[in-house]
Amino acid sequence: MTVAADSAPGAASLVQSVDWLAIAPPVIAASVALIVLVADLFVGERHKPLLGYGAVAGLVAALATLVPLRAGDRSTFCLTDGSQACSYTADHFALVIQALVLGGALLTALLSVGDTRKLPAGEFWFLLLASAAGAALLPAARDLATLVVALEVASLPAFALVGIKRGDRRSSEAALKFFLSSVVATAVMLLGVSFVYATTGTMHLTEIAARLDDVPGRLSTLAEAGVVLTLVGFAFKTAAAPFHFWVPDTYVGAPLPIAAYLSVVGKAVGFSGLVLVTVIGFPSYADVWGPSLAVLAALTMTVGNVAALRQTATRARSAVRLLAWSSVGQAGYLLVPIAAAAYSSDEQIGSTVAYALMYAVVNLGAFAVAALVARSHPGNRLSDYRGLYATRPLAALAMGFFLLCLAGLPPGVIGLFAKVTVFSAAVDAGLGWLAVVMAVNVVIALYYYLRWTAALFTAPEAGTQSGTAPQGPGHRVPAPLTLAIVLTAVAGITLSGAPQLILRFAAVSLF
Amino acid sequence: MQFLLAFVVVAPLLGAVAALLPAPPGLKGRNPDQAVLRHGVTVTGAVLLAVLVLAAGFDHDHPSKMQATTDISWIPALDVRIHLGTDGISLPLLVLTALLTFLCALHSYFKPPAGPSPKAFVALVLLLESGTLATFAVLDLLLFFLAFEMVLIPMYFLIARWGGDRKQPAAWKFILYTLLGSVIMLLGLLLIGLESGTFDMVALATDNGRGLTTSVQVVAVLAVGLGLAVKTPMWPLHSWLPDAHTAAPTVGSVLLAGVLLKMGTYGFVRILLPVTPDGMQTFAPYLAAFAVVGIIYGSLACLALARPGAKGDLKRLIAYSSVGHMGFVLLGIATMTPTGVNGALFANIAHGLITGLLFFLVGAVKDRYGTADLDTLAGATGAALYGRAPRLGGLLAFAAVASLGLPGLAGFWGEMLTLFGAFDPAEGLSRPAFLTYMSIGALGTLLTAAYMLIVVRRVCMGEQREQPHPVDDVRRHELAAWTPLAALTVLAGLWPAVLLGLTDPAVQKLLAGGKS
Repeated sequence: MTVAADSAPGAASLVQSVDWLAIAPPVIAASVALIVLVADLFVGERHKPLLGYGAVAGLVAALATLVPLRAGDRSTFCLTDGSQACSYTADHFALVIQALVLGGALLTALLSVGDTRKLPAGEFWFLLLASAAGAALLPAARDLATLVVALEVASLPAFALVGIKRGDRRSSEAALKFFLSSVVATAVMLLGVSFVYATTGTMHLTEIAARLDDVPGRLSTLAEAGVVLTLVGFAFKTAAAPFHFWVPDTYVGAPLPIAAYLSVVGKAVGFSGLVLVTVIGFPSYADVWGPSLAVLAALTMTVGNVAALRQTATRARSAVRLLAWSSVGQAGYLLVPIAAAAYSSDEQIGSTVAYALMYAVVNLGAFAVAALVARSHPGNRLSDYRGLYATRPLAALAMGFFLLCLAGLPPGVIGLFAKVTVFSAAVDAGLGWLAVVMAVNVVIALYYYLRWTAALFTAPEAGTQSGTAPQGPGHRVPAPLTLAIVLTAVAGITLSGAPQLILRFAAVSLF
Repeated sequence: MQFLLAFVVVAPLLGAVAALLPAPPGLKGRNPDQAVLRHGVTVTGAVLLAVLVLAAGFDHDHPSKMQATTDISWIPALDVRIHLGTDGISLPLLVLTALLTFLCALHSYFKPPAGPSPKAFVALVLLLESGTLATFAVLDLLLFFLAFEMVLIPMYFLIARWGGDRKQPAAWKFILYTLLGSVIMLLGLLLIGLESGTFDMVALATDNGRGLTTSVQVVAVLAVGLGLAVKTPMWPLHSWLPDAHTAAPTVGSVLLAGVLLKMGTYGFVRILLPVTPDGMQTFAPYLAAFAVVGIIYGSLACLALARPGAKGDLKRLIAYSSVGHMGFVLLGIATMTPTGVNGALFANIAHGLITGLLFFLVGAVKDRYGTADLDTLAGATGAALYGRAPRLGGLLAFAAVASLGLPGLAGFWGEMLTLFGAFDPAEGLSRPAFLTYMSIGALGTLLTAAYMLIVVRRVCMGEQREQPHPVDDVRRHELAAWTPLAALTVLAGLWPAVLLGLTDPAVQKLLAGGKS
C-alpha cells in the first residue's frame, strides 16, 4: 500500500473547486442529521421509529462513500499560495478513523433503535448524527481552526445526549459534569492554540511544523506552553489521567448506548486529534510531548485498571462503571504508540489505529451485551451476569469473547495481537519501562475481565433463579440489538482468524 | 506429513467448538454427558493416532532436520508466519502431550469429573491440548507466545470449576502468576524479533545470535527466561504450582505436570539456547544455582510433608517433587553442553510419564479414601495399600521408585545425564561452580529417594486393620489409562536410545547453530 498524499493539482486557481466526494462522509452525516430533525416535525408519533432507521441508513451511506475514497489521495480546501497546505485531507489515517467513528455511530444507532421510545426521538437522532459528523470531520482536519470546530461539533451534541433522559437526576448531573470539565479543557486548548498561532503565524499543521523549527528564542517558551496546552484538550477527550475523573459518572448517568458511543467514538476523536497535532503539527517538539505522553499513558492505564479492580459486583450499575474504568485503562494503551512515535517514526501511529479498531469492535460488542442484559436487569450490576450462560448461552459466549479480547488472551486472538503491536511499538522505541508498566497492567486488567467472564458461566444461584424466571416470552430482544451483537461478534471472530485485516495499518505510514 | 502436523494442532480446536454444539443425531449416546465425554475420547484418540503416524513417518535418520513443515504468511504486518515443523526435540513432546491428553479423556469418560457439566470440561481439555501441541509445533516466536497463552484460560477454568478445596485462590494464583511471566516473555521475544529483523525460530537458530549484540541478548534472556522460569517453575518462582496442583482435578494435575511445565523448559531449549547463546552464557551459572536450590528445596519440602503429623497432602507433595525434578532439567540446560541438554530433554519426558502416572494414582487413592492427606491415610502404622489393594499399591510403589531415579526406569537417565553434563560444562562456564552444583544435585537425588521411600512405606505398607469399607483395587479402565505410562517408563529406562537417538542430533545442531 503506497501513500500518495499529493494534493489536487488545481490548487493554484483562485476560485476553489471543492472536492465533494472527499468531504462526503461528514457532509452526509450532517445533512441526514438536519433531515431527521426537520422530518421529526412532520412525522406522526406512530412512525417515529422510522427516524431511527433513517439515521441508520444515513450512517450506512456515509460509510459507503469511504469505499471510492480508499486510495487515500484526495484533499481539498487547500491554500492557493503554493504551499500545498490543505485544511481537509482524506488520507489513509483519516479514512480509517472515519470508518471507525461512523461504524461506531452505526452500532450505537442499532443499540438505540429499540430504546428511543422513552427519549425524544427527533432530537436524539439529530444529536447523534451531528456528533458523528463532527467526529468524522476531525481526523481529516489539517488546520487548528478546523480541528477545534470539529472537536466542538463532536462534543456539544454529546453533552446533550448524556443528559437526554428527561427527569432523570443522574443523567442531568452526568451531563453537567461532562459539560463543565469539557468546557474548561476546550478553553485551555484554545489558549494553547492561540499561543501556537502567535508564535508561528499559521493555522495549518504542516506549516506549523515547518515554522516551529525556527521559533525566535524569546518566543520559544510561549511555543512550548502552546504545545502542552493544546495537548491537554485532546487528553481530556481521550480520558487520559489526570483528566479522566468525569468518565465513570458520565457513563453511568448516560443512556447505555451513549456510554458506548462515548467510550469508542469519543475516545477516537480525542486520540486522533492528539495524533494530528503531535505527529503532524509539532514533530519538532517531540522531546516535549514524547515523554509527557509516555508518563500520561502509564498513569492512565494504571489509574483505570486499579479503579476497575475495585468495583464491587453488587453495586448498582457496576457493570457500566467497570466498563468505564476499563475504557480509561484501554486509553492508556492507545497512548503508548503515540508516545513511541516521538522516539522513533510516525509509523508507530498505525499501532494506535489498529488497537483502536480492535477496541471499538469488542467494546461496542460488550456494551451491546450489556444493553441486552439491562433489559431484564435494569440495575446493571455485575452480579446480574452470573449464570448468563444458562439463560442466554450465545450472548454469554459473545460477552466472554469480547471480555477476553479486551484482556488480550486467546481465544481473543485479535486482542492479543493488538496488544502485541502496542508492545512492539514501545519496545521498538526503546520505551522499555513503559512496556513493563503496561505488562503489569495487562495482568491487573485480566483479573477483572476474567472474573466477569467466569461469572457468566457459573451456575445461577438458586435464589436468583426464581427472580429471573419472568423474563421468558415477555422480553423479546429487538432485532437491531441482536444485529449489533452479531455484527460485533462476527467482526471479532473474523479478525481473530485474520488479524492482518486491521494489523496492516500497524506496519505502514498512514499519512 | 505437513498436513498431519497441521491437523494435530487444529483438530482439538475444532473438537472444542464441536463439543459445545449439541450432539448430531446418531451420536447422542445414552445421555448428553456421556456423548460429549465420548466425543472427547474420539478427538484426542484421533489426534494421538495422527501423532503416532507422524512419528512413524518421521525421518529418523535426520532428526535434526525440521520435518513436516508448513510455512505460510498469516499476519504480514507483524511478520507472523504460520510456521509449523517438528524435529527430534519436539517430536517426543508432541507424542507425550497427545498420549497424556488421550489418557485423561479416557479416564474422564469412565469417571466423569465432579463438578458442572462435562460439556465445558471436554471443550476446555481439547483447547488445552491444542495450545500445548501448538507450543511444541510452532516455529515462530509470536505464534509461540500465542500458543503459550492459549493454555491459560482453559487451565484456569479446569482448576476453578472442577477443582477441590480452595480452588478459586489457586486458580487465580496460577493464571496471574503465569500471565505476568508470559507478558514479560513477550517483551523479550519482541526485542529479539525487532533487533534481528525476524521472528522465525529456524532462521534465528541458524543465526545463533550473531545478529544480536551481547547486551540485547542479556536483556532478552532475562525477560524471556523469567517468563519461562515461572512456567517451569524455577525456584523461587514456583509458589503457584503446589496450590494449583492441590486444588486441580486429577486430569488437570496430570496435564499441568505432564505437559504444561514442559512448555517452559522447551522454550529454554528451543529459543534461548540457540538464539541468544551469549546471554545464556551470562546467566547459565545463576540459572544452575537456582536449579540446584530448587532440587534441594523441593526435596526438603517433600520430606517435611511426608513426616508423620505434618498433615501433608499427597498431591502437594508430588507438586513439590516436580519443583525438584524440573530443577534437574534446568541444571541440564544451564550446562549448555549436548550431554546436559539431552539429559534435560530426557528428564522432561520421564517426568511427564512418571508424574502423570503418580497424579493418576494419587487421584485414584483420593477417590477411594476421600482424602489425599497423608496422615489421615496412613493412620498410626500405614495405609497398607499392598494388603488392601495390591495392584494399586504396587503401581504406586513402582511410580515412586521411578520418580526417585532407579536405574532401569525412565527417571534415571535424565538425572544421570544432567549431573554428568554439570561435571563438564560448556566452555566459558566456571567448572568449579558447576562441580559444586553437581554434588548438591547428587545430594538432591538422595533426599528424593528418602522422601519417596517414606511415602511408599506410609501409604503402601503398614498393619492391615479391619477396614471400615472395602477398597477397590485397580479397575479395568484405570489399568487401560495407566499401563501405557508404566510401560513407557520401563521402555525409556531400558532403552534410552529411543529418545536420545532423536534428541541428540537435534541438540548438537541447536547448540552449534549454523556452524554445523
